[in-house]
Amino acid sequence: MNNQRRTVLKAGSGAALLSTLAAAGLITPGMALADWNKAAFDAKSMADTLKALGAGSPADSKDVQVTGPDIAENGAVVPVGVGTTLPNVSMVAILIEKNPNALAAAFTLPEGTEANVQTRVKMGQTSNVYALVKSDGKFFVATKEIKVTLGGCGG
Amino acid sequence: MGNPMKIRAANKDGVTEVKALISHEMETGQRKDANGAVVPAHFITELTVKHNDKLVLASEFGTAISKNPYLAFKFKGGAKGDKVVVSWKDNKGDTRTDEVAIG
Repeated sequence: MNNQRRTVLKAGSGAALLSTLAAAGLITPGMALADWNKAAFDAKSMADTLKALGAGSPADSKDVQVTGPDIAENGAVVPVGVGTTLPNVSMVAILIEKNPNALAAAFTLPEGTEANVQTRVKMGQTSNVYALVKSDGKFFVATKEIKVTLGGCGG
Repeated sequence: MGNPMKIRAANKDGVTEVKALISHEMETGQRKDANGAVVPAHFITELTVKHNDKLVLASEFGTAISKNPYLAFKFKGGAKGDKVVVSWKDNKGDTRTDEVAIG
């Protein structure tokens, strides 16, 4: 198993990785769902994720808020919310920079739904959490660092 | 199939707030069990919320969403007694739909 993992890691990212995984039988064709943005969720780095989402390099915006604790004692359950006062928001996404796959969730908001979504995410380690918002066809981003303490003493 | 979701929908001043707690293990595929074998990934990929028959939220989840995912959001409109329907689909093709009346 570990040898196989090395091979997979060496194969690099993106399409190469996908085909290797498929060849190794780790993912079945049934997993490739039409609607689910696989490329974005499989992307490792922030830049790749943004590219897969079609966001390019979003502008920092003070009108986007990331809510969450400053320190999360349990990285398995970190409450995170995204809110914005920007108009015509059609998409909101939560990205965690240092997770194995940066994208945690993407929400498509039809007209009438408020750009304010809360959920809970897993974080492997202390990381910047990004809120990506698409407003009037343009992408905006805001960041908050959430510290994850593994000891559980709240340090 | 999974266990039933806990959903609450409350209308206040013309805005409906939906809170959902979904029962799902959300396995990342990166953990190993006691024998060192990788626990296969099993997580919700898509989740939609409808008010009556109108889509009010479409979400795509990755493995970074916590076990037993929680979701809260608001949409304009909705009246007491209207139906809010939450459906999810996971990477193994499993689905579940639950509904609640707006209170």
